[in-house]
Amino acid sequence: MIKLKKILLHIFLLISGLITLMPFIWMLSASFMQDGHASVYPPRFLPDQFTLIQYFRLFSRLNIGRYFLNSLFLAVAITFISLFLNSMAGYAFAKYRFKGKNFLFNLLLSSMIIPAQVTMLPLFLMLKTMGLINTYLAIIIPGLANIFGIFLIRQYALSIPDSLIEAARIDGASDFQIYRRIILPLCLPILTTLAIFTFMTIWNDFLWPLIALTDNSMYTLPVALANLMQEHVRDPELMMAGSVITIIPVIIVFLSLQKYYISGIMLGGVKE
Amino acid sequence: MPALLAIFCFFFIPVLAAFFISFTDFDIYSLARFSNARLVGVKNYVVLLNDPLFWKALKNTFIFVISAGPLSIVVSLIAALLLNSKLVKYKAIFRLTYFMPVVTTLVAVAIVWRFIYHPRFGILNYCLGLFGIHPIDWLGDTFWAMPAIVIMSVWKNFGYNMIIFIAGLQNIPQDLYESAEIEGANRWQKFKSITIPMLAPTTIFVSLITMIGYFQIFAEPYIMTQGGPLNSTLSIVQYMYQEGFRWWNMGYSAALAFVLFIIIFIGTLIQLKLKKSTD
Repeated sequence: MIKLKKILLHIFLLISGLITLMPFIWMLSASFMQDGHASVYPPRFLPDQFTLIQYFRLFSRLNIGRYFLNSLFLAVAITFISLFLNSMAGYAFAKYRFKGKNFLFNLLLSSMIIPAQVTMLPLFLMLKTMGLINTYLAIIIPGLANIFGIFLIRQYALSIPDSLIEAARIDGASDFQIYRRIILPLCLPILTTLAIFTFMTIWNDFLWPLIALTDNSMYTLPVALANLMQEHVRDPELMMAGSVITIIPVIIVFLSLQKYYISGIMLGGVKE
Repeated sequence: MPALLAIFCFFFIPVLAAFFISFTDFDIYSLARFSNARLVGVKNYVVLLNDPLFWKALKNTFIFVISAGPLSIVVSLIAALLLNSKLVKYKAIFRLTYFMPVVTTLVAVAIVWRFIYHPRFGILNYCLGLFGIHPIDWLGDTFWAMPAIVIMSVWKNFGYNMIIFIAGLQNIPQDLYESAEIEGANRWQKFKSITIPMLAPTTIFVSLITMIGYFQIFAEPYIMTQGGPLNSTLSIVQYMYQEGFRWWNMGYSAALAFVLFIIIFIGTLIQLKLKKSTD
């Protein structure tokens, strides 16, 4: 009885897993098809003539290498800068005593429910006045720091014993040295978690790059794909190749660091 | 602290500025010279209340949130319960599989789904056809376009909620179940009187973040339907984007953004109140 139940349960999990992965399987398979081969009835689940022509086309004619580099540069740059700024602020909120600290922290926390869309119009106008629309800075500046990151690091830094910091201070370490030599190494797990979150958020982001990057050569992958889709609605093979290129990096990052990613979600979920 | 300075300059000031702009007639002429914008009081909000397209977008967004939200929570709860079962082997692999759609780029998967939903060549209609179901024009039909977006969104994010539910389930002390078993409780009774109440705080948290995320739906309809057919999938954020960045009616668009904020704010208050009553 238990055995039968076990088998049925596994079959059910397997089938739902297959259904969950189906869009990816089809995407990958269609990206290796010749023109028109994904628009047939009944649909093919495997390419009958394997080809890389869609990928060649994307790189040679449609400039996808450039979009890829744009996305990569922005995601990496923002991850490093925001990690640096967020970790300093998170550490300060955890360990420093200053006037209005709790008030400030609660203000930050409660403002997390303000949807980012509210800020987009004025942000656009500000950056336009500074002449930064359509530059990398237009994406980097709003991503400099974020409240969720500060919150995550503060929670983690709270668990660092005060005595450690005191001891370093008696040994004559400066504030920055303490941050650099003690706090950062101890916070490494949470910094890794936050780094993956930030990288993926920026890589996958759509609305803000769509607004702030108006020139073709500045597009990130999602904006470029959406733009490409308008001309190539009838070319599923080409669009699937573009989707594969967009998705592969996040899947690699996720699979190699999934432990940190999933623990980060659990941390955020349980803490509330 | 530079982080706070950045947040102040590029988050708090824009929020206040957006509030101010929503009381002006900021448009394409003001874009050239900001001084061309004039204060118009609550006019934008009055126009908004009489704008049938706004009501349409509001209705669509609400329908989306109240159908995709609970559906996503139920699916992720079932997945979490199954994966938490002692009978299951290879939990990590299944968890990873169900989680995969969460990390992938929304724009890219929306494009994939657009082809999956293709009325003639799409694999969904083909699979349904194997069960004798006639082809459905998923994205071209005013009735089916919204369910299509709901299905895709649930697929995209149930893995996230599943992880939080698994964490919640693991926090339930095992001895509760053991003592219930001694008293002769069956599986359903245990689920109803232990799992559900112990999981209530997690459920409220999950529904809160799901609601906030789903109210901001944009890329799915933008890619798959452009808000159509006949605006049947136009969302609030999409309408805001169109008014603000396509027609440059920024005053009006800012008002729309604030209405979205107020709705999310009220939704959050309701959920927090629920949370208080369960504590």
